[in-house]
Amino acid sequence: MKKLIFLTLLGLATPAAISPVWADDTLFADMGGQPGIDKVVDASVDAYLADPRIAALFSESNIDRVRAEFKVQFCQVAGGSCQYAGHDMVAAHKGLHLTNADFNAVVEDLQGAMDKTGIGFATQNRFLARLAPMQRQVVTK
Amino acid sequence: MRLLSGLALAVALFSTSAAFAQPTDEADTRAPSRDWFDQGKLLATGGVSQVEGAGGGGLGAWALISGYGSDHGIGVNAHYTTVLLPDYRLDTVGAAIGLFDRLELSYAWAAFDTQAVGAALGLGKGYTFHQNIFGAKLRLFGEAIYDQDQWLPQVSAGLQHKENDRGAVIAAVGGKGAVGTDYYIAASKLFLAQSLLVNATVRFTKANQLGILGFGGNKHDDYAPQVEGSLAYLFSRNFAVGVEGRTKPSNLAIAKEQDAYDLFAAWFPCKEFSITAAYADLGNVVIKDHQRGLYLSVQAGL
Repeated sequence: MKKLIFLTLLGLATPAAISPVWADDTLFADMGGQPGIDKVVDASVDAYLADPRIAALFSESNIDRVRAEFKVQFCQVAGGSCQYAGHDMVAAHKGLHLTNADFNAVVEDLQGAMDKTGIGFATQNRFLARLAPMQRQVVTK
Repeated sequence: MRLLSGLALAVALFSTSAAFAQPTDEADTRAPSRDWFDQGKLLATGGVSQVEGAGGGGLGAWALISGYGSDHGIGVNAHYTTVLLPDYRLDTVGAAIGLFDRLELSYAWAAFDTQAVGAALGLGKGYTFHQNIFGAKLRLFGEAIYDQDQWLPQVSAGLQHKENDRGAVIAAVGGKGAVGTDYYIAASKLFLAQSLLVNATVRFTKANQLGILGFGGNKHDDYAPQVEGSLAYLFSRNFAVGVEGRTKPSNLAIAKEQDAYDLFAAWFPCKEFSITAAYADLGNVVIKDHQRGLYLSVQAGL
């Protein structure tokens, strides 16, 4: 009986109200709108290029175009009124043989960029929660 | 002897890992030499070392694989934990290795000092029970961190084989054996948008006070399902605060064993080191009620 109560409490503490990650329409504003997202993208791309774990992934890329595409994509992911028309995630990462460690290195750099641009930890997590499922399309190795 | 071999294993793991974990010189070529000890998981996602040595919280085992090795790497760590209770003291040291974010092997040596209670029971002041705990955990399915668009948790199955060195005393207090094996299924899920990590575990065990008083007893001598649960709120990438609970069987006629709870805070300054402090309530332990006190644990690894 005690165990049942315990399990029930655990269940209650995990509110049913924990919503699908997309049902959050204040995120774009909480990230500072498009100017905030632009800053995050610029800081994170700078960090990728300076990160020996992943810099080589961008060696063949047109960095200006990468920045521009990320800005539109992040805007859309954050719930802004942008339509990302770039590569789909599978096509964009095809042939790169990315691992979870690569994916996580990108996440860590992005977290650092969001720290640097003043986005709070809870807001960072709301945004990362939307990016996280892309791991299934991006990581192929 | 077991302790010695365990420590030797831990030392061997560390020296091997130190040899492997040299940083690569090639900053801009990806093809060659990737480290086995890649630290490819995100900070804190290996959990800390629970009281029996598995990757988890303080009391409960989690579905996460210990350490920072990614699915292409290996993580190793060692830990020391002390629990300072009003009438007892528990110390554990151990090591764990996580292989390819799939299999975790762990070893812990535990010493439970009965202090003055030992004298009261006629065992002698400072009479101490020792346990060797050999653990294995296999990740079965699910992805606790990435699958933020799904409810499915990460699920692992594990066992902990425990050998206690005080068989005669265990028999005298009504315990049925000095050796026992716990089996568990653990589920872990990070609700990232809420910065909340949730764990629930069902453990099949006969252990009395985690095995310190042996296994099975004159009241019950069968495997009974027990539950472990925890909630951890992430305040930052380095700092989490949470609650844990763990039910335990009550197999011995001499004392009613109670469930355990704690409030914990864990600090992860880097992937190589973490420290966990908790206020733990273990309830009655043999002739002493209200065993509440400080739990402190440090983990270091690669």
